[in-house]
Amino acid sequence: MKICVLVKEVPDAAVEKRINPSTGRMDRGGERNLNPYDTHAIEAAMQVREGAEVEVEEIVAVTMGPQTAVRALHKAVSLGADRSVHLSDDALAGSDVAATGFALAKLLARERPDLVLLGQQSDDGECYTIGAVVADHLQMASLTQVIKMDVSEGRLRCERQAEYGYDTVEIELPAVISVGDAINEPRYPSLKAIMGAKKKPLDGVGIGDLGIEASSVGEQGSKVVCGDFKAPPQKAAGEIIEDEDTAETVEKIIAWLDERKLLS
Amino acid sequence: MSGILAFALHYEGAYNKNSLGGVSEAARQAQALGIEAHAVVVGDVSDELAASLGNYGVTKVFRASDVPEGLAQPVVDVMAQVMRDNGQDYALFGGGLLGFEIGAGLAARLNAGVTMEVTKVNAVDGKLTAERPIHGDSSISTSSYKDRGIIIGRLNAFDTAAPSGATAEVQDVEVALSPFSTKATMVTRGEARGADIDIEGADYLVAGGRGLGKPEGFELCEALADALGGAVAATRAVVDAGWYPYSTQIGQTGKTVSPKLYLAAGISGAIQHKVGFQSAENIIAINKDANAPIFEYTDLGIVGDLNKILPKLTEAVKAKKG
Repeated sequence: MKICVLVKEVPDAAVEKRINPSTGRMDRGGERNLNPYDTHAIEAAMQVREGAEVEVEEIVAVTMGPQTAVRALHKAVSLGADRSVHLSDDALAGSDVAATGFALAKLLARERPDLVLLGQQSDDGECYTIGAVVADHLQMASLTQVIKMDVSEGRLRCERQAEYGYDTVEIELPAVISVGDAINEPRYPSLKAIMGAKKKPLDGVGIGDLGIEASSVGEQGSKVVCGDFKAPPQKAAGEIIEDEDTAETVEKIIAWLDERKLLS
Repeated sequence: MSGILAFALHYEGAYNKNSLGGVSEAARQAQALGIEAHAVVVGDVSDELAASLGNYGVTKVFRASDVPEGLAQPVVDVMAQVMRDNGQDYALFGGGLLGFEIGAGLAARLNAGVTMEVTKVNAVDGKLTAERPIHGDSSISTSSYKDRGIIIGRLNAFDTAAPSGATAEVQDVEVALSPFSTKATMVTRGEARGADIDIEGADYLVAGGRGLGKPEGFELCEALADALGGAVAATRAVVDAGWYPYSTQIGQTGKTVSPKLYLAAGISGAIQHKVGFQSAENIIAINKDANAPIFEYTDLGIVGDLNKILPKLTEAVKAKKG
């Protein structure tokens, strides 16, 4: 079995957030890292490999993004992927979710995986949807937010929560599965794996290598035009208490509740 | 012919509340554009149940009876065929998981533009645009579509219209499913997992998330909820992890509540959770991470260790209430 894991670099949530004084908005620039949700997808791939049910020949980390996205691939490899592929091209800038999914599907079609795994969402924008776009282009079965996945030869048995509770779904491979963060606890990479990550093969490809026309991706190929940004209706900022003396903190909470007649 | 096509999710003979909101919104926007709104249903839907969508303003319901329920890809096949045959320019979904999956697949199939987590739809110059909060709700972006548009609502974004008493024409459609759409089969659907607890009627909710550290952490929430005379709720992460019953889950695929007080303990505050309780009258959060997104929309935020604060707060509430 060959597994491809789709990963993405996102702003690092662990970095302290700053308000940009000129706009009054949160500055989310700066450090970027592997999307934490994607680490669950890599871990899921590793557990399939380490399980007894199927033989995993290869785990390949795949991303699309600018040069800096290489860092996310190194992290993915340090967590267990055997090699990585980086789709990067100026023509891809400004791609919407449909164009991004189209380009990734072209790349995945070349890799011919039996299973494509990805995290349930990214923190920086598009949620949930990329897996379903990729699956439709690849003509593979697809399920999102999977929290339990049992693999047997050519099949998956997945559990996930949908509108009416938990569903159990049987899927014939090949398939595109997005995993929820309850599926596993990702391991930490060893120092040796971190040091070795840069030595593992990293294949850089552009759209020409995949037969993608520039007009079908990027701003030109995207069918959504986003703009007209505006601030949401402002809610008065809440009060914040840093707990130093818990007795005092509790007193303040009680007073706050009492003021709002919530303790009568 | 132009139009807006909404997907109506149903289960055990009733429509999903968010789907009815989506159907109602499709009808409102179609009226603004001077076009018609239609709906799609799949699986076992009686004539009466299908026609009843007319109550919310759609004139026609396309019913694909042979198509399996609860999975997205077969519905993509149905909606793509209906839109190709009938020329609807837009597909619209109320909040929920299946709508995200179907809408995304449909965007790929029809080479259409897609916007998710939409909170408002506008009819402008004969076309629809969609507003979507981005970057943790710190900004709102407006999407317009070059060609077909697929609009996926955020949970509770669209109000359900008051039933008008009208009935819709029901048209059965035969759809040949794509080979890959039949590779997934539902084994069991809608398993509740855990005790059935009513949290929707509670005035006070103490909600716990991953920050509780372990399932036993919920005992702290339960003690405080008891003292306040309320109930305990949970995030999807801890429900998925098996720490607390599904019936107590707030957010995207769980419940929507609007209590007098929502106290979130150890909850970072993902959008998918926020949408389930943001209409609470008062929101308090306790979290040790000062950067947790939840502090951006709480009325009172406590940065600190919930293991220290919750027990003392419980004692103080008891003492105060006598």
